[in-house]
Amino acid sequence: MSVQTIRSVFSVETGYRLSDDQIVNHFPNHYELTRKDLMVKNIKRYRKELEKEGSPLAEKDENGKYLYLDFVPVTYMLPADYNLFVEEFRKSPSSTWIMKPCGKAQGKGIFLINKLSQIKKWSRDSKTSSFVSQSTKEAYVISLYINNPLLIGGRKFDLRLYVLVSTYRPLRCYMYKLGFCRFCTVKYTPSTSELDNMFVHLTNVAIQKHGEDYNHIHGGKWTVNNLRLYLESTRGKEVTSKLFDEIHWIIVQSLKAVAPVMNNDKHCFECYGYDIIIDDRLKPWLIEVNASPSLTSSTANDRILKYNLINDTLNIAVPNGEIPDCKWNKSPPKEVLGNYEILYDEELAQGDGADRELRSRPGQSLGPRGGRSRDSGRTVLTTWK
Amino acid sequence: MRKAQGSWEKRILKSLNSMCTELSIPLARKRPVGEQKELLNKWNEMGTDEPDLSLFRPVYAPKDFLEVLINLRNPNYENGDSLSFRTHLGLIQVPLKVKDIPELKEFFVELGLTTGQLGIDDSTQVPPELFENEHVRIGQKVLAEQDSAAAQQYVRQGSPTALRAELWALILNISSQPEDILYYEQLKTNVIQHDLLVDSLIYKDVKLTASNDDYYFVFEDYLYQVLLCFSRDTSVLGHFAYSSASPPKSYIRGKLGLEEYAVFYPPNGVIPFHGFSMYVAPLCFLYHEPSKLYQIFREMYVRFFFRLHSISSHPSGIVSLCLLFETLLQTYLPQLFYHLREIGAQPLRISFKWMVRAFSGYLATDQLLLLWDRILGYNTLEILAGKILAAAVFAFRAVNLMEVTSLAAAEAVLADLSTLKVMPLLQIFLFATVT
Repeated sequence: MSVQTIRSVFSVETGYRLSDDQIVNHFPNHYELTRKDLMVKNIKRYRKELEKEGSPLAEKDENGKYLYLDFVPVTYMLPADYNLFVEEFRKSPSSTWIMKPCGKAQGKGIFLINKLSQIKKWSRDSKTSSFVSQSTKEAYVISLYINNPLLIGGRKFDLRLYVLVSTYRPLRCYMYKLGFCRFCTVKYTPSTSELDNMFVHLTNVAIQKHGEDYNHIHGGKWTVNNLRLYLESTRGKEVTSKLFDEIHWIIVQSLKAVAPVMNNDKHCFECYGYDIIIDDRLKPWLIEVNASPSLTSSTANDRILKYNLINDTLNIAVPNGEIPDCKWNKSPPKEVLGNYEILYDEELAQGDGADRELRSRPGQSLGPRGGRSRDSGRTVLTTWK
Repeated sequence: MRKAQGSWEKRILKSLNSMCTELSIPLARKRPVGEQKELLNKWNEMGTDEPDLSLFRPVYAPKDFLEVLINLRNPNYENGDSLSFRTHLGLIQVPLKVKDIPELKEFFVELGLTTGQLGIDDSTQVPPELFENEHVRIGQKVLAEQDSAAAQQYVRQGSPTALRAELWALILNISSQPEDILYYEQLKTNVIQHDLLVDSLIYKDVKLTASNDDYYFVFEDYLYQVLLCFSRDTSVLGHFAYSSASPPKSYIRGKLGLEEYAVFYPPNGVIPFHGFSMYVAPLCFLYHEPSKLYQIFREMYVRFFFRLHSISSHPSGIVSLCLLFETLLQTYLPQLFYHLREIGAQPLRISFKWMVRAFSGYLATDQLLLLWDRILGYNTLEILAGKILAAAVFAFRAVNLMEVTSLAAAEAVLADLSTLKVMPLLQIFLFATVT
């Protein structure tokens, strides 16, 4: 079902009720995670809550930056936060910022700025309409642009990872092992003269495939395994493992952040496309989450990957190929996972406690977070499955 | 052998020269200053904005080379009286001594079933305490001691990904001294100043092979940087002392035949063929600093790769490798061998290209690197092409192959090697086959 249909299915007006044997592939208010502005809002709220609780996860360093929860670049909503943004901009005037429309996809409408004058339009609006409710279609987010991305072969790339959520409370999510990297066809340069060149900065295939050098055989895509091999060979195993652990961590944290506000309808599951960028200090950043990740394919390998993705997703959501019953306990047996592996299972994590020794090998369950394991019996458990 | 190599070289050179006259491009020319500046500016992204290469063709492809090898005959050899059972049914008809399986088993003893291996014993089902952790620890010690011989012994069991780059450098005796970096820069300057016809061949090759490869397309620009410099590196000429090949010579315009005006062309004496860039590509996964990448590649070339495309009687030479492959296959899988031969799909025709490229571009990169670990460890190419691996692959897909009825179908069965795991195959073939 598409997102539009979901909206009408769950809308109060239509009065449509899903019966027990109907399962749909979106949560009713997925946009809490998948709209750029709401995602940031929820994560900010989540962090503040943890801070208030005094949770060790919300620990900050001496500069006031979160130690464990700083995974989204500094972001402001426009026009609402315009003044806050200007304050931040003036602190580092040589920085570059990226403007993204909240509700669009495939890189549409995105542009980079490095001068306040380039976004004058939003300043005027904010001055005149502080009480008028903004039409959500015009809303933008502006984030600090990561101008030091990790480059391979001189090119910028990002990671597309697929994460399946079968329930939010308790949180149960799976990570698809076969994610991929999307490379730009043009060499990266932070030079200001190329800020307008979308082929340098935006990795969306929808954009890159119009580039001169786009190659239809490999489609500018690398498997995550290739990335791993390259990083292990050139940077070492520890930092590579740490990077991947961090990526898993930020995905789970982002899901936990929206879990309380999600309508955890038992008829629903959802497969998200996570976009992550790694900077040159090997720190991963969450860029956005997509509710309808592209399932079309640009190359032969791609088609195989997406086919398997759909197959494995459906196997987990609707086990045994039988008529679904939404009342089932949503714990699929291990065999049907296919290329998915359990990313986080709240029930299991709470049941086991902290002293389970688990192996931290890629390709199996994801390792224990020894250093971050705070198991004082709180509900916010950070041991991993 | 030398004669054959000599005439093969003449052929290549003739082809190169005729391409030269056809396209009226000089073999070498000095670049005008403007062009030099431009090239310097885009040194890091030569992949974009390429010259028009449609008229260029690779000088030769592996299959052309195979034809030459097939026709090798030793005029001195007396085959003896009886046609024994071991009459060779394969394509290579030169009687060179090659190892058979018992000898191979002895030589490659560290690959045995009872010895731990990376590529087998580090898979997810095996707990790391059993082998992997200890192996990594030993590797780190070897590196700390900077012991080249120990490193060579060590990688026979495979190298952990994180240590591989340093281990290989240790084995090949590469350390990045300032002189080396300076040397590389000097080569780079040569590239900027002069344009060689061979450059276009290199461009074409990269565009045809690595740029379309799922694993290596990212490194396209590194390949240009390495290969263009490589073709100007006269130190490579040194390897001709122990090769049966000799570098092609060219003459300054108008002075044909006069030895004083002969120069080696290209300066390093090596004319690239279709697929040549694939020798460099896997190394890009290990080294991202161009001068180091260059040094490693050059060393690998003068120790190993050159044997894969020149005719000689060396046991690591391509002729011996082919013979080893065919002998192994014929001896241990006679039915399969005979069947394939009957349908016109001589096994060597299919596996030749794997061997010439040292399997680069055919295996998944991590498997390929495990294979090259062993090449470095045993200092021989026999494991490749060989013959052994090629034979093992055939054995592995034997069931399917028995059913095919044409060369094309046989090719199809063997077309995609990217899912193969190298080490288990080798072990099974060498140590678990009933002889």
